[in-house]
Parts: sequence; C-alpha cells; structure tokens
Amino acid sequence: MSEVFTVDARGLSCPEPVILTKQAMKNKDVNRIDVLVDSGASRDNVVRAAERAGWTVQTEELPGFEFRLKMSR
Amino acid sequence: MLSSKRILTSAWGPIITGAVVGILAPILTAKGNPGNMGICVACFNRDIAGALGLHRAALVQYIRPEIPGFILGAFAAALVFGEFKPRCGSAPIVRFFLGVFAMIGALIFLGCPWRAYLRLTGGDWNAIWGITGLISGVLIGIAFLKFGFSLGRNRPSAWPVGIIAVLIAIGLLLFQVYTPLLGRDPNGQPTGPIFSSKEGPGSMHAPLVISLAVGFGIGFLAQRSRFCTVGAIRDFVLLRDPHLLYGILALIVTAFATNLMLGQFRPGFVDQPISHTNGFMNFGGMVLAGLAFTLAGGCPGRQVFLSGEGDGDAALFVLGMIVGAGFAHNFSFASSPKGPGAFSLWALAIGLMFCIGLGFTMREVEGIGGRS
Repeated sequence: MSEVFTVDARGLSCPEPVILTKQAMKNKDVNRIDVLVDSGASRDNVVRAAERAGWTVQTEELPGFEFRLKMSR
Repeated sequence: MLSSKRILTSAWGPIITGAVVGILAPILTAKGNPGNMGICVACFNRDIAGALGLHRAALVQYIRPEIPGFILGAFAAALVFGEFKPRCGSAPIVRFFLGVFAMIGALIFLGCPWRAYLRLTGGDWNAIWGITGLISGVLIGIAFLKFGFSLGRNRPSAWPVGIIAVLIAIGLLLFQVYTPLLGRDPNGQPTGPIFSSKEGPGSMHAPLVISLAVGFGIGFLAQRSRFCTVGAIRDFVLLRDPHLLYGILALIVTAFATNLMLGQFRPGFVDQPISHTNGFMNFGGMVLAGLAFTLAGGCPGRQVFLSGEGDGDAALFVLGMIVGAGFAHNFSFASSPKGPGAFSLWALAIGLMFCIGLGFTMREVEGIGGRS
C-alpha cells in the first residue's frame, strides 16, 4: 500500500490546478495522487495533463459540484 | 465515437469553437461591424462603456449585443450541462484592476487578443506587433506563475453572486432595444442615459438579432470548450498542452479563408481599419494586456464566459474592463487610428508596474477562512 498524496486545487484559477498536479507527479516516491477540484474546466485540464503523463485517472463526483480525481501511476 | 454531448469538452471543442469564431467574425464585419472587428471583446466593452456615458468619445458608443450574447450563451450552456456554480472571493479588487489595465493595454493596441488574430487574418500587419507583445506578456505571466503567483481561492457562494452578470446582460439588451433618452441637454434636446454614435466605429454594426445570435452561439460553445485566446499560448508554453492553441490556429485559418472569400483581405501596414502604425506601442499595449489576462487566468472572452457560468470574480474583471475603457478615453490613454493617445506611454508604464508588482507579491495565504 502506498500513501495517497492529496492536492487541494479547489477554488484556484487556471492554470494553478494543473501546475500543482504536475509538481506532485514529479515526486518519484508518489504513486497515488488525489486531486480535489471544483470546476469542470479544472477537472478536464487535470485529467488531460495526468493522462498525457501516463497516469490513469478515476473521477469521483462529490457533493457541491466537486470532484476527487484519483490518479495512479 | 464521441457523443455530441462530450465532443465540445474533447480536444475537438476548442477547434470547433475557433473555426466557428473564424467564420462568423468576418461575416459580422460584412454585415456591418467595423473593419477587422467582427468580434473584439475589448472594443465591444469599450463601446458599451461609451453607450452608458462612462466616456465621451462620441465615435465609440454602442451597446454591442455580442457581449450580453456571450454571457447568456455561456449561462445557458452552464445550466444545460450542470456547470452553473456561483463563486467568488479570489482577490476581487485585484481582479477588477487587472481588468482596468488589461483594457487600457488593449486600447493602446486597439484590440483584444481575439481582434489581434482577426486583424492579422484581414491583412493588418500591425497585428504582428500586437501578437508578439501578447506572447511576451503571457511569457512574463508564466514566469510569475512558475514562482508561485496566485490570486488565491474563490469560494462557493449564494446564487445572487452568479446571477448578477446575467441580469446585467439582460439589462444591457433592454437598454439596447429601448435606448432610453431621459435627460435633456441645455437646448432641451433629449440625451442619455444611453448614447449612440452617429458616425465612426460605434455607428457601424451588424443587425441586432444577428449580433445577439452569434454572441449567444459562441458563448455556448466557448463555455463548453473552455476556448481561451490567452490560455492557448500559456498552456502550450507552460504545460506543453496544445489543445487550446489548435483552437486559435483553427480561428486564424478559417478567418483568413472567410476574409478572402468576402473580399476583406487587404494586406499592409497603412490605412488599416481602426489601427495605427506605431509598432512600439502596438507591442507594448499587448504586453500589458497579455500579462494582465494571464495573471487573471484567462483572456477577455474567457472572463465573460466565466461570468455567465457564475464566477463573480470574472464578472468583476469584466466590470473593470468597462470602467477601464472609461478611464482610457477620458485620460487620453487609448489610441486612435492617428496613433497612441497623449498619455498612452504613462498608462503603459503604470499598468506594467502594477502587474509586475502583483506578480511578485500575490501568493496564496493560508489561514482562517481557507478551505479545510
């Protein structure tokens, strides 16, 4: 079991959610990242960036139009 | 196979949106909008500012229906796809002034990024200086983003925060249709509160219904596809993600073809419509605008679409643009086809100092009120 690194990108403007996600992906010790976002644009941008970097992403919808993007290497 | 519901959020979304803008904008010019100004978010907000009496440049006063159309189209898309979300509280006062200075920069060049691309495709080579400046401004903004620049988080808000921009759009359309003249000038003639240009760019416009329909359609598409003329450059450079840039390339290709077909392609530097030939100020104005848009998270069109989907901070940015247009003309910051305004250089210097100062100082502050 590896630890899950959480990025809380809720409420941040473009492109900050993707910048924070990319910083987290750079850490070689991290194999699981949860990114919290609260807009459709941020969700799409983070998913696109993660998939381009070869990660798989599962999107979980939370109450209040928030999303937990479960990323794994 | 992509479903029709998802195609706009796919990589095709920005391309479709860009192509639609590229075709419809030159058609709006053919239908009456000013030259190479089928759509210009800065110029149109400036014309609205004039129509509301916020500046006294008599040649640029008209409530451009495209802008309320953008807001209502984005609002409709956000409602249909469940993305309407009232929110605000991310450095609102800063965003307002970023709107002010973005507008001043755009009016020194005479156009927002949308019009910069449209001017290029109409053969106005002065746009090359503007686009070079735009890219430079975005690059400066990227440098700040890399070093931790942030306007901080917004928070979910009660619904009035999200709906005010929509009400403003409806109000503007009512003013456009009824053009009330409630005031009286010293000779007793009716005047204001809504002013309309008798000549000049403000008097040139496509029929109301066409402008509104095009604005609504583009607003709908752009909300869904996240089309952004500044994000295109930013994401390509910063994230190596070209998907928004393809939208701009689609816009340029289709607008060029449409301008050629309509006989609106007239290459050269001199005597271009609503354009001046001062390369330094064309460049400098767009450095300021590009930097301000990047710090605010998106181009002027994107700010208008975000307003429609409930983002109160983006709505304040747009209001900043409208107020900034008032200042730009009243203080002689704005250029005219004759060249830069008397104080354009001062405005450029102050605007750049403001934005660079923000770039070095705005960081996310954790603490009480932060999200848990």
